[in-house]
Amino acid sequence: MAKYGKNPRAIAGLVRDAEVHRDVYVDPEVFELEMEHLFPNSWIYVGHASQLSKPGDFITANIGRQPVMASRHTDGSIHVFYNRCPHKGVKIASEPCGNTGKFFRCPYHAWSFKTDGSLLAIPLKKGYEGTGFADTQANGGLSKIKNVVIYRDFIFARLSENGVAFEDYFGESLSTIDNMADRSPEGKLAVEAVPIRYMHTCNWKMLVENQTDTCHPMVAHESSAGTAIKVWQREQGNSTETPMAVQLYGPFMSPYEFYEQSGIRIWPNGHGHTGVANSIHSNYSDVEGYLGQMVAAYGKKRAHEILGEVRHNTVYFPNIMVKGAVQILRNFIPIAVDRTLVESWVYRLVGAPDKLYERALMYNRFINAPTSIVGHDDLEMYERAQEGLKSNGNQWVNLRRLYESGEEPDVTAVINGTSERQMRNQFHAWAKYMTMDMKQDVDQPVEAAE
Amino acid sequence: MISENTITDFIYREAELLDTMQWQAWLELFHPEARYWMPLEWQQQDPVLQPSLMYEDLLLMKVRVERLTGERTFSQKPKSRCHHLLQAPRIVACDPAAGVFKARTSYIYTETRGDTLERFSGWASHDLVQVGDDLKIMLKRIDLVNFDAPFGNIQLFM
Repeated sequence: MAKYGKNPRAIAGLVRDAEVHRDVYVDPEVFELEMEHLFPNSWIYVGHASQLSKPGDFITANIGRQPVMASRHTDGSIHVFYNRCPHKGVKIASEPCGNTGKFFRCPYHAWSFKTDGSLLAIPLKKGYEGTGFADTQANGGLSKIKNVVIYRDFIFARLSENGVAFEDYFGESLSTIDNMADRSPEGKLAVEAVPIRYMHTCNWKMLVENQTDTCHPMVAHESSAGTAIKVWQREQGNSTETPMAVQLYGPFMSPYEFYEQSGIRIWPNGHGHTGVANSIHSNYSDVEGYLGQMVAAYGKKRAHEILGEVRHNTVYFPNIMVKGAVQILRNFIPIAVDRTLVESWVYRLVGAPDKLYERALMYNRFINAPTSIVGHDDLEMYERAQEGLKSNGNQWVNLRRLYESGEEPDVTAVINGTSERQMRNQFHAWAKYMTMDMKQDVDQPVEAAE
Repeated sequence: MISENTITDFIYREAELLDTMQWQAWLELFHPEARYWMPLEWQQQDPVLQPSLMYEDLLLMKVRVERLTGERTFSQKPKSRCHHLLQAPRIVACDPAAGVFKARTSYIYTETRGDTLERFSGWASHDLVQVGDDLKIMLKRIDLVNFDAPFGNIQLFM
């Protein structure tokens, strides 16, 4: 039975100050409304401009569940449009990336489009003369997404024509993307390889919340990170150097006090990050030659500033996480209410030593792969939550850790690193972007969740 | 003297150890400098500067094996089991004088846990060396036919 459609007051009622109703994770109708409202109203990551280096290059993506594509036009500009032919709806591009040459050609009836999406040609065009075709949407070619911003080569799009402007939406949170790009001596990142893909049988928001959940690593990852430390201590013999692998796993077992002092920063619109003062990425070995390159490029002071900022996980609401210090972006792509595809991308720091790319690739397969023991720990928890939430005994998920009454929404603040405030911040934004274009139907009961 | 049959028997024995969960005996088949590699790209050449699903040394394989029986390894409650269905290995090299022994084996792999069962197809490539009278694995490479698809958890070894 539909409870939440056209019922913004019921949607808002799912989010209390420090609790959320389980329907946000398990109700298929809420998921459908996320696809209809939340994702179109938000700025969503589409891809990276380095994936579109030559004219005719294209990539495909989904915003919510809607297929889109981005292309590099002959004049060098980047365009984003819906990935469907204006004729019969056939997807124009079926591969994750490629080069289409001078134009796109629909494989069904050979309608063709320039790489900016405009209609190039239709076979037997005279069959459309005098039919009113010129006045149809199809005559405009591939339906273009107007609200596109490319920030330091990161391509974001907002499907809704009206909404919050890019700069207002992300604000100061863009500093994490800045820091990741600045870590290249040339200030540039490049995608050189496919992402690691990992299917999760849980709601996408569980993954997003987990990014700033600092009270789980020493518990859920005792089996992986804890065992790595134990086996290394037993096997190290006379080695004086800790292997890169142990350096990556080890810090997950840091005690609560470490996460408490490292802090969390929250920003308006649901963005926030862990690791303010320092993070689990702070103590990796130096890579030979890198600091020298950075000092030569930026000067000593600025180079140290850039490398001294070692944020842990930055959540860009609604569904990506960026890790500047190891050059990884995780995209939590919603498939169904209980199904999420996670694509984890590694960026190469252009001009930096290979060793940094090697470390980022290693981190990605250790933590974000279907073969990752850390991933196994996490997915087990999400799956159990997805099952456990079917229980009617308690319909609310508790997010009260370090809650203070009267917490202001949409503020910038630095807080204790074990707070669940970033999760509260996300759900405040969730309710806002779900309901901003939803009209109340007067016939709907308001308290649907009760 | 290592013959083609020795190589084939070795590969069958390895699969048997995995299917019967004799993890320690399985680890002993590896040379101390060995690697276990699952590429993420078609005909991938570089395990270090190209992404892989796994590229692990013996230390990391020991971590995996030890984790499987850990008291707080919740993703192994209940435990996973596996089954290897191997085609007869194709001997790529069997040169005792040069110490080069290589085989490629087509397989179907099943991993099950609780009520779920997942099936994978691919090719296992073994690079072996002679140590005393025995063969040891220097490199085991697992090429999945659908390496580019998104999987759920793969917790055991193909």
